[in-house]
Amino acid sequence: MKELICIVCPKGCHLKVDEANDYKVYGNTCPRGEVYGKKELTNPTRVLTSTVRVVGGRQERVSVKTSCDVPKGLLPSIMDCLNDVELHAPLHRGMKVIEKVCGSDADILVTKDIEAYEE
Amino acid sequence: MRVQYDVIVIGGGPAGLASALSAKQQGAQHVLIIERDHELGGILNQCIHNGFGLHHFKEELTGPEYAGRYIDDVNNTDIEILLDTMVIEIGEDKSVYASNKEFGYMVLHATSIILNMGCRERTRGAIAIPGDRPAGVFSAGAAQRYVNIEGYMCGKRVVILGSGDIGLIMARRMSLEGAKVLACVELMPYSNGLNRNIVQCLHDYDIPLYLGHTITNIIGKDRVESVVVAKVDEKHQPIAGTEINFDCDCVLLSVGLIPENELSRSANIDMDPRTNGPVVYENMETSIEGVFAAGNVVHVHDLVDYVSDESEKAGKAAGLYVQHGAVKSNAIVYTTPGEGVGYCVPQKIRKEAIDKGVELSFRVRSVYHNVEIHICDDEKEIAKFKREHMAPGEMERVVLPNVLFDRVHGEHLHIHIQKEGVQA
Repeated sequence: MKELICIVCPKGCHLKVDEANDYKVYGNTCPRGEVYGKKELTNPTRVLTSTVRVVGGRQERVSVKTSCDVPKGLLPSIMDCLNDVELHAPLHRGMKVIEKVCGSDADILVTKDIEAYEE
Repeated sequence: MRVQYDVIVIGGGPAGLASALSAKQQGAQHVLIIERDHELGGILNQCIHNGFGLHHFKEELTGPEYAGRYIDDVNNTDIEILLDTMVIEIGEDKSVYASNKEFGYMVLHATSIILNMGCRERTRGAIAIPGDRPAGVFSAGAAQRYVNIEGYMCGKRVVILGSGDIGLIMARRMSLEGAKVLACVELMPYSNGLNRNIVQCLHDYDIPLYLGHTITNIIGKDRVESVVVAKVDEKHQPIAGTEINFDCDCVLLSVGLIPENELSRSANIDMDPRTNGPVVYENMETSIEGVFAAGNVVHVHDLVDYVSDESEKAGKAAGLYVQHGAVKSNAIVYTTPGEGVGYCVPQKIRKEAIDKGVELSFRVRSVYHNVEIHICDDEKEIAKFKREHMAPGEMERVVLPNVLFDRVHGEHLHIHIQKEGVQA
């Protein structure tokens, strides 16, 4: 039995996962907790959020996210990959920046509208 | 531009956006949002992590996405917006004194005002950390703005004081950007952050959490060079001989938030010393008729979804006030926090003005397991709610349906926490 705290939502349910019994999850209060409990012990994943450089807007950075959760081990390579990105304003939420980032199933999406801006 | 508005909303963060939309939907015609930053969205703009909107939108959004949806909605109405504009004072007669580059000094008038100024961070001065005064000491929110919006890294080796959510989120953010976060230090024996943030921000990055510890010295001439961390006793006093030195160039402080109420005080609005926010009625009206308040300016929330809910309530009430005038009610019930409860919002309930029910928001004073929330009037118990787990870091909400208030006698509604099954 492994004890976990569910991170799916702010409620933070205390889960118990039985590794010996096909990762059966106890203590979850919603179906998403069950999925999380099993995944966390077999293939832990996270949604990554960060920023990339933007030119021609009123701010220097624009926020981005992975379109779905990605294996935890990929996070450092995705961060490296984002360092080389430079976008040009205007930008809109949901715009795709990178497709299938670092071989994962996730795209990198812009999460904020940035208007074009001239000094 | 006009000088007379139905509703003036002060602050264009999540609270102000929801208030303005709701007032408009309720039938207020001329609605104005005044925002001091150059864009709407408030603090959500720098909260680039996800986890927002699970209650409100039933999906997980980042801060900018959550704000973006509300901003789009506001832009689809004729709600007026003044950006880069500072409100200097509001009067008891509901005049609003403001200033910006374009129009200079302005005196505006409103039938109704909604206070949505949010909160600000406690600083090093507020908690009096001894030591030198070098560069490199930031409040966590300031650091978040530098990193996420302006694109500056504010340190390479970081110690974080306080385990509130902003501190935890910044621990992960700094780690992802290549900094080494050496420790997260918390005075209390428990964390004030959400459990999920302890897991995904500290455990994921092997950052040790020192509970029951504090920073006792900051050392450095120009830039932070090191800090001293020590264990504290039950009275929060450092214990000699337990000191640990951390070589670091950056200290982030996540040591609490203070509702920003200079404007409320300038209008002589009654304040609650427990929340540091205005005393409000069941519809978020303050002690001045037609002036409402909602969001972190009233009490500090953990979830923006609840800020939106509360602000919708205030906006709706402002819309009704503009059209139908003041709520008429004589019987007032005062909510009074008892054993284990730090504060309760709303502080005052007008029984005749209750719509479907009243939602009570409060925080407990310490960590509890398997307890009951008891709500009593001056004589007897009105309702009780079971909770498996409660902590000061998590705001609690209970809803008292309208019918329960028929049973309330006397002027007080007492809220206290007690062990399950124990008679008072």
